[in-house]
Amino acid sequence: MTVLLFKLLFTYAKMGLFTFGGGYAMIPLMEKELIQVHKWLSMQEFMDIIAIAEVTPGPVAVNCATYVGYKMAGVWGAAFATIGVVLPSFVIVISIASLFLKYKDTPSVKAVSKGLRAAVTAMIASAALSMARASVVDVRGIVIVGLVVLGIFKMKIHPIICIFLAAILGIVLWGGAMSVPGL
Amino acid sequence: MVPLIQKEVVDEKGWIEAEDFIDILALAQTAPGPVAANTSVFVGYKLVGVPGAVWALAGTVLPSFIVILVIAMYFARIADSAVIKAAFSGIRPAVVALVASAAINIGKTALHDIKGVVICVLAFLAVAIIGIHPIPVIIGSGILGYVFFKDDEAAVLKSQ
Repeated sequence: MTVLLFKLLFTYAKMGLFTFGGGYAMIPLMEKELIQVHKWLSMQEFMDIIAIAEVTPGPVAVNCATYVGYKMAGVWGAAFATIGVVLPSFVIVISIASLFLKYKDTPSVKAVSKGLRAAVTAMIASAALSMARASVVDVRGIVIVGLVVLGIFKMKIHPIICIFLAAILGIVLWGGAMSVPGL
Repeated sequence: MVPLIQKEVVDEKGWIEAEDFIDILALAQTAPGPVAANTSVFVGYKLVGVPGAVWALAGTVLPSFIVILVIAMYFARIADSAVIKAAFSGIRPAVVALVASAAINIGKTALHDIKGVVICVLAFLAVAIIGIHPIPVIIGSGILGYVFFKDDEAAVLKSQ
């Protein structure tokens, strides 16, 4: 148990340390570590957790850590994973904050962060592809992907609303809505 | 979350000057880790030192920690119901779309020239095709970014 708690702490600290750009930038790391290296989650579970993390308040990466930690080792697991994911932020921001403010506009720092952003773009796209392979298996899935992309880019619908609309579509398309009481 | 933080600490409480907040945000986005966590650590640290950073971070994380904990405790019980399963069958393709659109949004700000595209393509090949762990790819792309863009950025700085 203790071993698992520290594994959660270190795994999440490692991911926190190498996440640049916030938001979904941690997803490629989580996919690799949680699904492939540690086999803590299936791809489907991972995607469900992302959806839950997105519709609940708070940073998605932190929410995911809490959820996965709880699933693996209960409340203590949730605590260790959550502390792990914010620990590098804490240490780095406090120790290099003043240094960073001095150097953030230097060509070196800007050049490195340009390179990082280009790679993060690729890695998030790659994660989207693996997710599509695992979850978009028929025309219903393709329709929902298309509708949500349209919703986000053309109609500027908030991601949380997209997820709720997709849930309703899912109940209609996969559940046979007629048989569900109350609908 | 960032607009909320800004409204609260700059407009309402007046803890941080608007200009300083822009610096804090630049730091939060460049430093590793979740942006909201970085922002709260920096704001707390600036105001009250290390204890301020600890409390600000706890304040940022705790509400969602409790909410997620409660959801995680009860989700397992309803996860097997037919309706929930059907709902998540619809949600998963939506997650694909959200993640893909995040890639597009970051790409719009990151890929301005052929050099950026080269790094992007190399990183994609490394992660998606060869299956290399993202961490060495991130380190490599930082180095490539330095080599590719340093002279450009220096020129930009000079022209300003």
